[in-house]
Amino acid sequence: MTALLYILLAIVIAVAIWQITSIFNLKSTIATEKDNNTQGILFAAFGIFFYGLMIFSFWKYTVVLLPEAASIEGERIETLYIITMLLILFVQAITQFLLFFFAFKYRGIKGRKALFYADSSKLEAIWTIIPAITLSGLVLYGLFVWNDVMDASDADNPLIVELYAKQFQWEARYAGDDNELGRANVRNIKGINTMGVDMTDKNASDDIPVRELHLPKGRKVIFKFRSQDVLHSAYMPHFRAQMNCVPGMVTQFAFTPSLTTEEMRENKKTIAKVAGINKIRAEKGEDPYEFDYLLLCNKICGASHYNMQMKIIVEEEATFNSWLKNQKTLAEIIK
Amino acid sequence: MSDHHHKETFITKYVFNTDHKMISKQYLITGIFMGIIGVFMSMLFRLQIAWPDHSFGIIEAFLGNHQDGGVMSPDFYLALVTIHGTIMVFFVLTAGLSGTFSNLLIPLQIGARDMASGFLNMVSYWLFFLSSVIMVFSLFIEAGPASAGWTIYPPLSALPQAIPGSGLGMTLWLISMAIFIASSLLGALNYIVTVLNLRTVGMKMVRLPLTIWAFFVTAIIGVVSFPVLLSAALLLIFDRSFGTSFYLSDIFIQGEVLHYQGGSPVLFEHLFWFLGHPEVYIVILPAMGIVSEIIACNSRKPIFGYRAMIGSIIAIAFLSTIVWGHHMFVSGMNPFLGSVFTFTTLLIAIPSAVKAFNWITTLWKGNLQMNTAMLFSIGFVSTFITGGLTGLVLGDSALDINVHDTYFVVAHFHLVMGVSAIYGMFAGVYHWFPKMYGRMMNKTLGYWHFWITAVAAYGVFFPMHFVGLAGLPRRYYSNTAFPLFDDLADINVVITLFAILGGLAQIIFLANFFISIYKGKKATQNPWKANTLEWTTPIEHIHGNWPGELPVVHRWPYDYSKPGLPEDFVLQTTPLYDGEEES
Repeated sequence: MTALLYILLAIVIAVAIWQITSIFNLKSTIATEKDNNTQGILFAAFGIFFYGLMIFSFWKYTVVLLPEAASIEGERIETLYIITMLLILFVQAITQFLLFFFAFKYRGIKGRKALFYADSSKLEAIWTIIPAITLSGLVLYGLFVWNDVMDASDADNPLIVELYAKQFQWEARYAGDDNELGRANVRNIKGINTMGVDMTDKNASDDIPVRELHLPKGRKVIFKFRSQDVLHSAYMPHFRAQMNCVPGMVTQFAFTPSLTTEEMRENKKTIAKVAGINKIRAEKGEDPYEFDYLLLCNKICGASHYNMQMKIIVEEEATFNSWLKNQKTLAEIIK
Repeated sequence: MSDHHHKETFITKYVFNTDHKMISKQYLITGIFMGIIGVFMSMLFRLQIAWPDHSFGIIEAFLGNHQDGGVMSPDFYLALVTIHGTIMVFFVLTAGLSGTFSNLLIPLQIGARDMASGFLNMVSYWLFFLSSVIMVFSLFIEAGPASAGWTIYPPLSALPQAIPGSGLGMTLWLISMAIFIASSLLGALNYIVTVLNLRTVGMKMVRLPLTIWAFFVTAIIGVVSFPVLLSAALLLIFDRSFGTSFYLSDIFIQGEVLHYQGGSPVLFEHLFWFLGHPEVYIVILPAMGIVSEIIACNSRKPIFGYRAMIGSIIAIAFLSTIVWGHHMFVSGMNPFLGSVFTFTTLLIAIPSAVKAFNWITTLWKGNLQMNTAMLFSIGFVSTFITGGLTGLVLGDSALDINVHDTYFVVAHFHLVMGVSAIYGMFAGVYHWFPKMYGRMMNKTLGYWHFWITAVAAYGVFFPMHFVGLAGLPRRYYSNTAFPLFDDLADINVVITLFAILGGLAQIIFLANFFISIYKGKKATQNPWKANTLEWTTPIEHIHGNWPGELPVVHRWPYDYSKPGLPEDFVLQTTPLYDGEEES
């Protein structure tokens, strides 16, 4: 690939030098009829390149995209996303076609006079009202989904989990039997109490700190986010979930996992994507990769921002419960 | 330029010059210089993204102690993206674009002898120059320049413990930007006053070319929003240097608790984006004005929907000040605010759509003169539409959750306000070069420049949407830490190749520009057969622009191909013909 790069560079530089010599052809300044013709045709060609690039990208790169959403809220977002995307592609296809087609069709010819057409309130009205109506629909639908997704009410006995961010690591804390997190503040950080939990709070002792996040399928999870140093962003792309972690305040986000890790591994799109990844890894002589959900940092936070991750495992609720039972509570860890 | 009655020394000509035409050229040259640095940086960090483990001689040569055996350090990668963003947004696309063309065109197109205050105008340029010098200087300090992203969110930007660039580098960044803001306010006030007070006889507001409308409204947005960034920067300086806690609270870093208590980074985000979002319109509106003018002139047709174009500029400007929260949907602010900002944000799509349709309709049944400026203007409409449409995803709070801060955002804003605004700037340079330097630029080189740039720009930013939709966050030094992203390696190589191609294509422009200043063909008075007033001034620059009386305006600027008139253009200074109705 680098060889290709150098070849490309050499070609570009050669063309540039060759063309720069033509600067000394001082007469070549204003477009002639011949230029209008050539450039008009080039616009038509560019239009074809442009549609080609779009089609090629969709054909070649769809496989790298995220598989379907793994949460109930994410599925709603996905539907809205697909509708929006279809609309975008529709408008894009038409407007770009008109633009390049007009550039080609009306390329200047000597002696032809352009149409003096300065205004039309009818046309202006059409392309104010149609976008306005379409957008009203999108806004309403969008707000409906947004309110739904951002609803972090604890109506159906949700699981409470704290995600804790620091340079350059994630930690998590389950609220334990009482399902209430103990108070915490960075001023309490000491030794193994890395999240600064206030151990005098009665809700704190049954809290369970972990370094690998397990979630039950089908139960709503309310995440409470904290950060101890700079801004971080908890990004869980497969669940279409993201929220910033802000020092000095607690932020929250909720979703209901709908596919276990195992189910996602058997998803058709996941299989295709993983196959693609493993082909590349095999070429480089690396171990094959197995799919896992991930929590990433998505807000610039320092040198190792690019490597701040935590594995997420979604499992059936019974498996999850027995896993959680085997974890040590804070009271057991911090004597 | 040389036939003046009084003798000019180097100092009076280039340093204490209050003539708007000279100041405009100073802005342009400084902007081009900063642009070279900004684009070069992007090529360096694209090398890192495409080949994260590869050792490059060029990196070893340029980065000194910020690299290890030809591989750049993560800190310096972040510094590069930070300074690239800062330079491109503020120094190239704000000062370089708006500064150049507002200064050149406002007096010339409204029929004024100079800006309302030539002195303030001169001060404005030199403050910009000073801030550029400080910003460039910050690249050479030992701990590296600011590296918390161009949005400099605290606490990262406030704490040198968090990232080395937040030490002296960040201090210099803040000083540079404070001076920059002062410069841009002086400029903007001058533009507003000049447009309101110094229009020549007959130049009603509804006879102004759309360029002037765009510059005028841009200046108003600047005056409204830049002071807020200044206050945000001052409070950050207080937090950094004087121990206040406006933005900081409950911080534990490197084993110790800091004293800060009670502040919130979210406050900074609000203040920053109250400028930050209008800023993208400060960047794009002048380009829209330039493009409207050039498309009309080269289509030999009136701009379609002149009044709707003015209305949409004003609507965009108004809405731009009440949408900043769409950068903060997942910042932790109240979800209800998210709903409000979704609503206002998607409203902006309406005036933007009106503008796009009007440009396309202006081309319809025109007689398109394919000058280089016209190519870039058509390119502008294309990238503006492509980039603008994905705004429907990002502006919708529910959809933003998943693509926020990914490469999808990078692709979106680079197309809609990066590439588009740069196209607008190139179009302006090619079109008004004869006015600036009295010579013509070479068109063959212009064609090569446009086509390579156009292919490269889409080659970079179209595939980049997919990288973002695959979930890759922006500002990652490398994506090798995640096997999940291994299959993006190929796309990243393609993007980098196109980025290098596009970057190198700018050499063609630079050669064309600088050689044409000295060797270009001498321009005629009105080479593009345009209607506006700047083409009635003498080719040689004179102080006061018009040798005798100021011109008197009798018509709007878009009487191209008007039926019944002898030619397909008619200067604004031409009185109505017998029996002709004003359009």
